Amino acid sequence: MSRRSPPGPLDYGRRLWLRLWLLATFVFLYAPIVILVAFSFNDSRRNIVWQGFTTKYYIAAWNNASLLEAFTNSLIVAAVSTSLSTVLGAMLAVALWRFRFPAKPLLEGANALPIVIPEICMGVALLVFFSRAGLLASLGWPLGLLPVILGHVTFSFPFVAIVVRARLATFDRSLEEASLDLGASEWQTFRYILLPWMKPGLVAGALLSATLSLDDFVITFFTSGPETLTFPVKIYSMVRFGATPEVNAASTVLILVTLIMTVLAMRLQSPARAETTQ
Amino acid sequence: MDDWRSAPQVFWTFLLPGTLWLALFFFAPLALVWLLSFGERTGPATIVVTWTLDNYRQAVDPLYLGLFWKSVWIAALSTAICVAIAFPVAVAVSFAEERHKPLLLMVVVLPFWTNLLVRTYAMIAVLRTNGYLNYLIEYLWIAAKTVADPLGIGSVFGDRYRPLEILYNDAAVVFGIVYVYLPFAVLPLYATLERLDRSLIEASLDLGASQLATFFRIVVPLAQPGIVSAVILVFVPALGTFLISDLLGGPDSQLLGNVIERQFKAANNVPLGAALSFLLLYATFAALALRAWLVGRQGRDV
Repeated sequence: MSRRSPPGPLDYGRRLWLRLWLLATFVFLYAPIVILVAFSFNDSRRNIVWQGFTTKYYIAAWNNASLLEAFTNSLIVAAVSTSLSTVLGAMLAVALWRFRFPAKPLLEGANALPIVIPEICMGVALLVFFSRAGLLASLGWPLGLLPVILGHVTFSFPFVAIVVRARLATFDRSLEEASLDLGASEWQTFRYILLPWMKPGLVAGALLSATLSLDDFVITFFTSGPETLTFPVKIYSMVRFGATPEVNAASTVLILVTLIMTVLAMRLQSPARAETTQ
Repeated sequence: MDDWRSAPQVFWTFLLPGTLWLALFFFAPLALVWLLSFGERTGPATIVVTWTLDNYRQAVDPLYLGLFWKSVWIAALSTAICVAIAFPVAVAVSFAEERHKPLLLMVVVLPFWTNLLVRTYAMIAVLRTNGYLNYLIEYLWIAAKTVADPLGIGSVFGDRYRPLEILYNDAAVVFGIVYVYLPFAVLPLYATLERLDRSLIEASLDLGASQLATFFRIVVPLAQPGIVSAVILVFVPALGTFLISDLLGGPDSQLLGNVIERQFKAANNVPLGAALSFLLLYATFAALALRAWLVGRQGRDV
């Protein structure tokens, strides 16, 4: 069909009003973020009209010691919780993929629960639990980050387990049998056959977990002590004091970091990539 | 799949770490909150579990029950708007040319990966009295007045534009929820529309049904599993939202999430907060059970 012919009855993708609807939705989704980023470079405190390009709010944000500390905290929390949740999630994925056992559906359901329940329920539960365990008393840095890290691992590793299990589902188990037949031990088979196969899933799961950790506000809000803020919680308290261009600058940095990780994770999981690695 | 008894050592090594973690840092805290919801405060930091039902009684008294229904109502309204916006988007993406689909999907999903707080904050700049939405409306207002003035009906627009109070009310909360959770609604709808047998649409059109009749009597019923998933994916987080209503809502648009937060932090009434969070949890489970039931029924019909 040539491009110029009128759309057929089923060519919904070429109908003008649907295209306009799609465009309007994209504008709705992106305009606020684009405006936020653009005005972090606007040379005016109050004005919403463009006054000229400046990077002074980034410099101000950089010189804001507590903001920088919160950013460092976020990176530490993301690094530690990602390592832990990748290992925990991957191990659980292998167990669920490889074995048949009683009460398996129950365990699968339990594993999905942290993903589906409202974040605030999990947040207050961890708050109560950690304060009873004495973990929320002013422990100072870096120990004060411990409850935040524990909370982040809890909501991220079920996601990792799902991603890794999806990868394992495409594994050809005759490779494992061949390896065992040729005299490799269980451990060697795991290390040299299964683990390399899992790798794209592990990387995607780790990136997902890091993004979730850097993005999380609700759980962190309830588990962080007064002296150990993370970046989103710090931005929240800045927003409560009033919207300033420094908040825009800090938000832009956060958008950029998570954007890069998301695009990386998506590329790793895209079908084209999966085909080349098979 | 192997039976776990074929290699019990391997089985336990892989299964236990994650399961124990979940038990310790997820189920134990939830169980603690559940216990505390039956407790009484005997001091500023001491709670004794007496199996009293007072907290639940207080949680369903008119003040909190009204708040619960308001949260349900706001979540339901936002969900309906989300699905109504998302359906044409999902149709447009699933009927787009094959080579454009990955890009279109990525464009839909990317905002979802942008921080929730940042997106809510971005809404403040759009909705506030001297924000971009008012700026846009003022621009349209001036344009309309310029057209209307020579016609002698310019007076209906008033002398000067008075900015609308859009931020800090319930409407702003709904706006924020729709903005934040819209990608959640598009994805499941797209997934079902993608699998939909298009010859059924063709058959309906060939047999003389209009596009509109085909849409409501063929496409919507067939897309029901996707609609149910979209509704749940938006409704559950919207019901428990606390950040969006905190930043965009006014003093009287506090939702269940805000009240729970206050009980655990400023008000320090943990037993009441615990009872309220479990009511929220039960409502979530009810929504999930409804979904399972609807999807199961759909499966039997086919």
